[in-house]
Amino acid sequence: MPKVNLIGAINMALAKAMDGDERVVVLGEDVGIDGGVFRATNGLFKRFGSERVVDTPLSEALIAGMSVGMAVSGLRPVAEIQFMGFICPAIDQLECHASRFRNRTRGRLSCPMVLRTPYGGGVHAPEHHSESYEAIFTHIPGLRVVIPSSPKRAYGLLLAAIRDPDPVIFLEPKRLYHLSSEEVDDDGVSFPLDTAIILREGVDITLVTWGAMTVETLNAAQELSTLGIEAEVIDLATLSPFDPSQILMSVEKTGRCIIIHEAVRTSGFGAEIAATIAEHGLLSLLAPVKRITGLDTVVPLMRLEKYFMPDAAAIKASAVELMEYA
Amino acid sequence: MGTEFEIEFQQFFDKGGNVVRPLPSFAQNARELIPLYSAMLKTRIFDEKAVALQRTGRLGTYASSLGQEAVGVGIAATMRVDDVFLPSFREQSAMLMRGVSMEELLLYWGGDERGSNFLEARADFPICIPVASHFPHATGVAFAIKYEKKDVVAVAVAGDGATSKGDFYEAINAAGIWRLPVVFVVINNQWAISVPRSKQTAAKTLAQKAVAAGIEGIQVDGNDVVAMRDVVSHALKRARNGKGPSLIEAVTYRLSDHTTADDASRYRNDEEVSQHWKSDPMGRLRKYLEANNVWDHKLEEVERAKISELVEAAIKNYLNTPPQDETSIFDHLFAELPPALQKQRSEISAGRKKNA
Repeated sequence: MPKVNLIGAINMALAKAMDGDERVVVLGEDVGIDGGVFRATNGLFKRFGSERVVDTPLSEALIAGMSVGMAVSGLRPVAEIQFMGFICPAIDQLECHASRFRNRTRGRLSCPMVLRTPYGGGVHAPEHHSESYEAIFTHIPGLRVVIPSSPKRAYGLLLAAIRDPDPVIFLEPKRLYHLSSEEVDDDGVSFPLDTAIILREGVDITLVTWGAMTVETLNAAQELSTLGIEAEVIDLATLSPFDPSQILMSVEKTGRCIIIHEAVRTSGFGAEIAATIAEHGLLSLLAPVKRITGLDTVVPLMRLEKYFMPDAAAIKASAVELMEYA
Repeated sequence: MGTEFEIEFQQFFDKGGNVVRPLPSFAQNARELIPLYSAMLKTRIFDEKAVALQRTGRLGTYASSLGQEAVGVGIAATMRVDDVFLPSFREQSAMLMRGVSMEELLLYWGGDERGSNFLEARADFPICIPVASHFPHATGVAFAIKYEKKDVVAVAVAGDGATSKGDFYEAINAAGIWRLPVVFVVINNQWAISVPRSKQTAAKTLAQKAVAAGIEGIQVDGNDVVAMRDVVSHALKRARNGKGPSLIEAVTYRLSDHTTADDASRYRNDEEVSQHWKSDPMGRLRKYLEANNVWDHKLEEVERAKISELVEAAIKNYLNTPPQDETSIFDHLFAELPPALQKQRSEISAGRKKNA
């Protein structure tokens, strides 16, 4: 079984999907001979050729828009937007078209496309290379928002996204691309979408997160354990459509919840989770719901970035504080 | 280095219906042009009745195509059934010829999504409202066509305002790179709601935007249905033969308001509009047909009556169409409704029962 990091797992899943389905076409800027700036498409050009691994012009609205046309015509485009900071011109196509074709035509046409993009900070990149816009996409009905947090899950979730009959935006936490490796079986088995994943079981407090923050959160949980506090860590994995059932079940058990995300706080997806707990889980709560998030500021350039980023220490401190409520 | 270019303007009939250059083979026999005239007449009558329905509160906002019927008729007359049409929102002439029914168009503008679930023209795209945003779709459709080695062409239509947008250029540019089988038609009807063509761009023609994308560009008299059909036919042939995309600027005039929600008298004067009535595509062709003794007042009356009857029947069907179940709001959001949304779906259906 190959030991791969997250970017390697993405690469493996792309190759698997292309191998198994002629309709799968990879496109984007520098995805061809260069193999993508993060090497997500490394080797695919050589293996599958220029017809299926397509270097597009530098043209984000086109990448998303032509993917819509390809998908409606029966292909399975898997497009790459080089960095989330450059995705804004493509949002038009996701909001106005990709997410609507099935509904607009009452099922006559559909749009099975995947738009992949690296997101989040922590890699000391220039401006526009560290943003976390996931909440924006959760505001688009008809679009799935999927975020992996480990090589295994990246492999399984990407395969599921590509095979899904509807559009998916697949957000890859670039901070985890090279962070760690694990054995990933290249068996073509996908992970279920629309289902949160319990990364760690615990009875004292529920920590909900996704993407790169799963690492900080698991580290915090580890430290909390040494204090005798057992945290349950939930990786949401699919943010939209949002299924709160596992969060609510966990909160019923623990009575305490912290939501951790890297994106700016205001109108972040943490707010949706907190509101859902307030609506459906209020009576199980023993303490206020907390959010540990990025600041309501522009993501700073690399020298100040650490002040923006939530970390394990902040999560731990907040959990300890919540445990002090009866 | 450097380059020079010329944009050809194609026209067979002048405003008075006089032939200004030898007609293409399909137009040699004047009788052969009657179906084109009839298709324009159908669109005009349909538009009239649709506007009347809106005025009497039985249709939503509607975009009439008055004055530019020849563009869509010319396009659709030469497309093959399995080519893919990607309309903007004023393409009823082409859509009707492609097999979209009048009931479907009325349902769409009457606020019912089923109007875009075409019974025929299954692969054609639905009406696209955000200007030019469907041009990248056409590039993608053409990519798929080429990828699957199909002998069909994608044809997308947008207005003059569309050429000011980035996605317009991104689409034609990429289509040029891959020499895709696609025809882009810009209907230059001189007005983007209240903004005249002169305020969209300093470029002398819209067709010359093709030059920047390295694709074929041509301007055509969009009120000359023969020229329209001829130019599109050549562009389709080029596309089928692997010679890549074309950009066609069809010069016409929007005789109507932008939509029924617009009042064009706020920004343009009646004199301009009446000037343009003189180059109306229907009057022009009718003169030619009459001069060739294949059309007259009597045939016109018969044809009008026949079409009106069809339109009235369609309106009746439209008005009698039972409403969609409100749960249909959810039923086509995803292939399968995610469990997380089941609750909202059952809530709205319970709400109806409560209010019933």
